[in-house]
Amino acid sequence: MSQGLRRLAPQLVTLAAVVALVSAFFPGFLAVEIADGRLVGSAVDVLKRGAPVALLAVGMTLVIATRGIDLSVGAVMAICGAASAWAVSNGLGLGAALALGLGAGLLCGLWNGVLVALFGIQPIVATLILMVAGRGVAQMITEGRILTFSHEGLAFFGAGDVVGVPTPILIWIVTGVAVGLLVRRTALGLLIEAIGINRPASALAGVNARVLLIAVYVASGLCAAIAGIVVAADIRGADANNAGLWLELDAILAVVIGGTSLLGGRFSVAASILGALVIQTIDTGILLAGFPSEFNLVIKAGLVVIILVLQSPRLGPGLPGFGLRAPRAAGVARTEKATE
Amino acid sequence: MTSRLLPLYATIAIFLAAYLVCYLQFPAMLSTRVLGNLLTDNAYLGIVAVGMTVVILSGGIDLSVGSVIAFAGVFIAVLLRDTGLHPLAVFALLLATTTAFGAAMGGLIHGLAMPPFIVTLAGMFLARGAAYMLTIDSVPIDHDFYDMLRSYQRLPGGGRLTVIGATMLLSVLAGMILAHRTRFGTAVLALGGGAPTARLMGVSIGRTTVLIYAFSGFMAGLSGIVFSIYTGSGYPLATVGTELTAIAAVVIGGTLLTGGSGYVFGTLIGVLTMGLIQTYIVFDGSLSSWWTKIVIGMLLLLFILLQKGLLMLGHGRGAVSAT
Amino acid sequence: MLLTIRDLTKTFPGTVALDGVRFDLAAGEVHALLGENGAGKSTLIKCLTGMHARDGGQIALDGQPISPGSTQEAQALGIGTVYQEVNLLPNLTVAENLTFGRQPVRFGMVSRRRMHEEAREMLAGYGLDHVDVARELGAYPVAVQQIVAIARAVALSGKVLILDEPTASLDARETETLFEVVRGLRARGLGIIFISHFLDQVFDLTDRVTVLRNGRHIVTAGTAALNRVELIHHMLGHELEMAEARRGVQRDGPAMLRAEGLGRRGRIAPFDLTVRRGEVIGLAGLLGSGRTETGDVLFGRTPADRGALREPDGTAVELRSPRAAIAAGFGYAPEDRKTDGIVADLSVRENIALALQARRGWARPLPRAEARRLAEDYIRRLDIRPADPEKAVGLLSGGNQQKVVLARWLAMNPRFLILDEPTRGIDVGAHAEILRLVGDLTDAGMSILLISSELDELIAASDRVIVVRDRRHVSELVGEDICTDRIVQAIARPDADPEGARA
Repeated sequence: MSQGLRRLAPQLVTLAAVVALVSAFFPGFLAVEIADGRLVGSAVDVLKRGAPVALLAVGMTLVIATRGIDLSVGAVMAICGAASAWAVSNGLGLGAALALGLGAGLLCGLWNGVLVALFGIQPIVATLILMVAGRGVAQMITEGRILTFSHEGLAFFGAGDVVGVPTPILIWIVTGVAVGLLVRRTALGLLIEAIGINRPASALAGVNARVLLIAVYVASGLCAAIAGIVVAADIRGADANNAGLWLELDAILAVVIGGTSLLGGRFSVAASILGALVIQTIDTGILLAGFPSEFNLVIKAGLVVIILVLQSPRLGPGLPGFGLRAPRAAGVARTEKATE
Repeated sequence: MTSRLLPLYATIAIFLAAYLVCYLQFPAMLSTRVLGNLLTDNAYLGIVAVGMTVVILSGGIDLSVGSVIAFAGVFIAVLLRDTGLHPLAVFALLLATTTAFGAAMGGLIHGLAMPPFIVTLAGMFLARGAAYMLTIDSVPIDHDFYDMLRSYQRLPGGGRLTVIGATMLLSVLAGMILAHRTRFGTAVLALGGGAPTARLMGVSIGRTTVLIYAFSGFMAGLSGIVFSIYTGSGYPLATVGTELTAIAAVVIGGTLLTGGSGYVFGTLIGVLTMGLIQTYIVFDGSLSSWWTKIVIGMLLLLFILLQKGLLMLGHGRGAVSAT
Repeated sequence: MLLTIRDLTKTFPGTVALDGVRFDLAAGEVHALLGENGAGKSTLIKCLTGMHARDGGQIALDGQPISPGSTQEAQALGIGTVYQEVNLLPNLTVAENLTFGRQPVRFGMVSRRRMHEEAREMLAGYGLDHVDVARELGAYPVAVQQIVAIARAVALSGKVLILDEPTASLDARETETLFEVVRGLRARGLGIIFISHFLDQVFDLTDRVTVLRNGRHIVTAGTAALNRVELIHHMLGHELEMAEARRGVQRDGPAMLRAEGLGRRGRIAPFDLTVRRGEVIGLAGLLGSGRTETGDVLFGRTPADRGALREPDGTAVELRSPRAAIAAGFGYAPEDRKTDGIVADLSVRENIALALQARRGWARPLPRAEARRLAEDYIRRLDIRPADPEKAVGLLSGGNQQKVVLARWLAMNPRFLILDEPTRGIDVGAHAEILRLVGDLTDAGMSILLISSELDELIAASDRVIVVRDRRHVSELVGEDICTDRIVQAIARPDADPEGARA
């Protein structure tokens, strides 16, 4: 356990610092009240609004651990949200709506995974296709409108609450814990890390790299589907144009803040979720603290640069958890080209 | 026919075939009017795509360009509003800024040995944030000089060749010369062919990387100027996602997204193909706009698979080599 | 002397790559530089071309001491290199490659016409008149690319030309074309360093030979004064000083596997091989002879395209992938442990458990305590240092990394284990340990295919020795025949059809 805490320390410290900073400008930030039997407060708001990025970050972590990247998750969110909204607005039940939404995410993930693992196309290129076309597909489902619905069952996933806790919070916690347990209580995590660090050696040791690669993209697609359903449920409508727009970048950023290197290898789902919360706290905090929201992006940019410096293979190992990779013989050679 | 040219021919063939389909259905589409509009409407995209082509030829990527265009528009609008500077002076200031910005990203990519993707992602946030910090509103540009910049040359058949359309064509020409007719361009292709080999052959990797992203920054700045002429305003929320459209245009233009092979001219055709799809949808009237994205996505897939296939053919030829 | 090297020393963390090496090159000679992997050839070349900074010693060109700091500097001094993997860019045109960095420029623009003229001039005399310099280099066969690379190196440097395995991917006719070019350059007075593992070519082309082994200079002699047997003796040598100690008991267990005509086009000619229970089969041959390729085919790493591997009862063993081979009870410790063996960022424990875990499947994780026990057990048995199962394996020395890879396979308890150069770069103590381990394992019934370039090791450990040459199994030695002389003779025997197996 202490080892786990040590791994998460940089992210926890970052989050605490950001929270402290926001609290300094907006003293009521951490205050939580109960109104109408629901938890309300800025911190609760952060946890709720952070749900989409946190969910995306879970899947993205696994993809990045294999040295991949999934640019399509924002578009997949739009597709899946649209699919679920289409289902309920056409009178299908909640079960069918969820099945359609999740099924669409699974198919999208499978598409990406097949392009990457079987066709050997670079992940950034392979997922770019769905990133571009996906939004068109989502618009096709919604027929270009914002597809609204009034199905309470579906809306529950975005706007409802369970004993006062907003459902989206529960959803990302459950997803995060489930995926975290799945990869760490089974051997998946180890095998994913192994192919991310050295795919030829892993394959020679009998690791089924192809199937694992497809699996991580499917997982990413499913996480995007859940995020898409949550977002659609929250606004009771599927907005194919704006649902999940540019969230893939936030998700990647969350993973990077979480200390998982873009060069693959060691990962931590929990740290990525903390990264997502850091981003959301900055987003919300800037608004609350009365700063113009335009600072937001500049702060994000600064954050990325700091983390890049800490992770840089050329500058040697930095902080544990941020620059957590051990120095390796072929360190600098492991740029994107090295696999060609 | 060499495999390097094949994607370019494919690009041109697809464009011509698409134009033929359009023409058969709507004969009015074959006119200088449509062609002129195609150039004008896609001028900013074409210019930024030239910069992106050079970046991608080197095996990199530049996600910051969409934000830089928005920043440029806001920068120009605010400076023209708040200072007495002549637009030309503002343009010079702007281009110096965006070029330096690109150079800084190139420096970070090389200095930190980090993927261009994430470095330029930071650049994307920074440029967009900087645009927001200048203003959060749409700032109209009202200047006599701008009216002059909106002038055009009548073409036979009633079409208009605008200043910005011409600027785009000149940019493509400049890009073609830079990429294919200078030592720098050869160094860019060498970098895209493989950094270790390029180093062996005497390419200064750091210097070249900085110059590549500086060029992309310059073109993004120029594209921002053109965009401000096109829209007559500066708006920090403008051109979100243009980097993706530009990347798509480059790939549809036949350039290998992994670097080392491609033509700036192909990028022009890629841009025009994408513009053509949109024009067709406008002409048709009943088709929905999402088809643009889906068709572009399918074209992307087509080109990526085509190039993967060519690459495998190439490997097949050399497959006898020892371990 | 055109080039003189004295006392050249270069150490890397954990290994001495070059230890007081000397080398001379005269103008107008082709001088072969020979040695197995790890002998120090490439380190010497890299010190000479400025890619490595040497730790000690002198290099003099035309009597002047030099210390090139980069390939460019070396080139400017007159030392040009052509590597095995063509060091030009296939995505540029022939002319661009030839004139790269010095393209004729007018008004800032490259003049294509003059560039093409210059390129044609540079290619004149190389017999490449049919090559269109405006086409991309990648469109031409590797042989043409090699000659273009040579033309560039000669034009840029002009004194010393280093050819590093230039013929590795050429067929016989292409090789001969290349040799004509090299002979022409020799006549023009260049000093040429020729690195190749094809001994026929060394005898065919070179004037003198220098052999390196384990970072030390072994011998320099005129090629004509050497015979193949001596040369191979020098290259493989006696490292162990263990006086050809044959293993005590000869094993002749029941047949466990039978390869029938197993082979793969372009890599290893079809071979028959019977593996008996509990025996060690040694595979002797020079670098590039087909020894590693045999292991690759037997493990499904490059699946065979002909023949079959059968159980004693005749059922075929599926060998389409490493996974299939592992399922059949095989293990494989590859030659290049850095790229194909270890997973650097994972701990010793995780590396040891990796193959076991992959076989169990993701859903049945090896309990951490068990993995740890396993790791501690092998750390003790193989004396892996530091004895910390949680240490990232990339931080260990080469020898200890090798032990981790071995431990990974031993933990699988395979019935058939392929060891490709298991003792390379390992200190003498660990060396003996690993050989002892091989003995213990076979006592327990495991069969081992031992691929090694160290004859003493093969002799000490093997029950049978298969000799490979030119990608073909050429003879099998048993009993008293397993001795240095017989192995060297078998490797050296000039082949009737030296090019036939390559294609």
